Amino acid sequence: MTTSTLSSLASEIEAAIGVNPATCYQCGKCSAGCPMASESDLRPHQVMRRVTYGSREQALRDESIWLCLTCETCSTRCPNSCDPAGVIDVLREIAIESGMANPPRSINAFHKSFLEQIRLNGRLHEVGLVVGYKLRSGALMNDVTNTPGLLSRGKLGVLPDRIKGVGEVRRIFEKCGVTP
Amino acid sequence: MSTVVDATATQDAAARQPAEVLAYYPGCSLHGTEPEYDESLRAVVEALGVAIAEIPDWNCCGASSGHTTDQLLGVALPARNLALAEAAGFDRVLTPCAACYNRLAAARLAVAEDAALAEQMPDILGRPFENSVEVLGVLSLLREAAADIADLAAAPRPTPNPMVGAKLAAYYGCLLVRPPEVSAGDDPEQPMYMDEIIQACGAEAVDWNMKVECCGGAFSVSRTSSVLRLGRAIVEDARRSGAEAIVVACPLCHTNLDLRQRAMESRGEPRIPVLFITQIVGLALGLEPEALGLKRHFIDTEPLLSDLRVRAAQRVADEKRAAEEKAAKAAARAAKAAEAKAAQAADKTGADAPADAGGDA
Repeated sequence: MTTSTLSSLASEIEAAIGVNPATCYQCGKCSAGCPMASESDLRPHQVMRRVTYGSREQALRDESIWLCLTCETCSTRCPNSCDPAGVIDVLREIAIESGMANPPRSINAFHKSFLEQIRLNGRLHEVGLVVGYKLRSGALMNDVTNTPGLLSRGKLGVLPDRIKGVGEVRRIFEKCGVTP
Repeated sequence: MSTVVDATATQDAAARQPAEVLAYYPGCSLHGTEPEYDESLRAVVEALGVAIAEIPDWNCCGASSGHTTDQLLGVALPARNLALAEAAGFDRVLTPCAACYNRLAAARLAVAEDAALAEQMPDILGRPFENSVEVLGVLSLLREAAADIADLAAAPRPTPNPMVGAKLAAYYGCLLVRPPEVSAGDDPEQPMYMDEIIQACGAEAVDWNMKVECCGGAFSVSRTSSVLRLGRAIVEDARRSGAEAIVVACPLCHTNLDLRQRAMESRGEPRIPVLFITQIVGLALGLEPEALGLKRHFIDTEPLLSDLRVRAAQRVADEKRAAEEKAAKAAARAAKAAEAKAAQAADKTGADAPADAGGDA
């Protein structure tokens, strides 16, 4: 196989992480161990197939890449070092950059609220995370019953813990081009 | 002869003076929803004579949201903490949270392997960065101290070690074993490095199937249904293997198996407590449950602890009784032997006319 038969997406992935997705020979070991396989339309070996030969847009718009827990079981077990978890990480990044990201609303809301907390305070403030998450996801009643238990056990800080170097953290976000 | 004396003197000096202060990176979870991991870690390192100092003004490592969104952000956020530790003169940073450990160690590896990235870092961070600080997970630290833990756990004391004979399931999940080039673990499919620490505490590490399966990690809030499905399989397998508790070294695994266990269908089976490895070590070293944050769990640990205490007291009583019985038997044997000897001597005395004791030499 020559690289000219590869999709442009496969070439982009190879440039980003040095893995050629075409070297995947579809044994399916990644999907056998994937904890989210039963909930995903595309299992890891199918993602690998699609990025190599399928349409760029279809691969980037697929929701399955957002159901990856980054547990790394696939990459640890891959007999040909194709690193499906690394490929999926890059796919999400390209999907965001090209405006084609299609994550489930709740998962997107979580990542955005999480990063927003870090940009605001330098550290994660869990109350802020949950409030931001609820507003973004619409899941207003989620985990409400756990709140008293968390408070009585000293597990929820009401005020954020803002670091002195929060300016440095904001600079990092800017330099990486990420705005949560 | 003199060399032996010198070596002992050097060893004593080394034991008196802590050789290294470790930088400590607690991470957000240990300051938030899992303070018991922080409390128990601090108590255990103090008991083991390991000095730690929190990195001043540390920031969040970005966890999975960081690298899931942007590769560079996923490296730069943890790298700032490595740069701070470096500037403060530390050689190693202790990172108890498995997710923080993974991000710090992955950032260190990414920068070490990519010269262009290494060159970019000082500009992105706005501070110098040599990538000179090693990242140390809590299991690696405890494994280094395993011999000390075993000695302290076995030392005689007024309240016996409650961990002896406890059946525990060592749960590693993802980030303590994967990816293998970042994790400091042993075998990514059948790891034993937490099992060995459990054994050093005097407890029994059960054989089970789910030790490296994912708990659902970062989907705890955003896709709780997946976390309940994955967690239930882990809890059920631990129970099937005869484990009395699950042992973790990751705050996210703890949240997903402790707080979320109450929402898992249990088919009438009792809930299984989930403890941090630092709490297990602390109990084995004789530290108080309060100092280890055991009251903060959602699944009550008290029934297990009182059962273990009763068993430990029973074991000590049994051992004492067995020792007493043995001593009594030995005394009886000795008395019998002395009696026989005396009878023999008396016989001799009776047979031979001259009555001189001790003539039987």
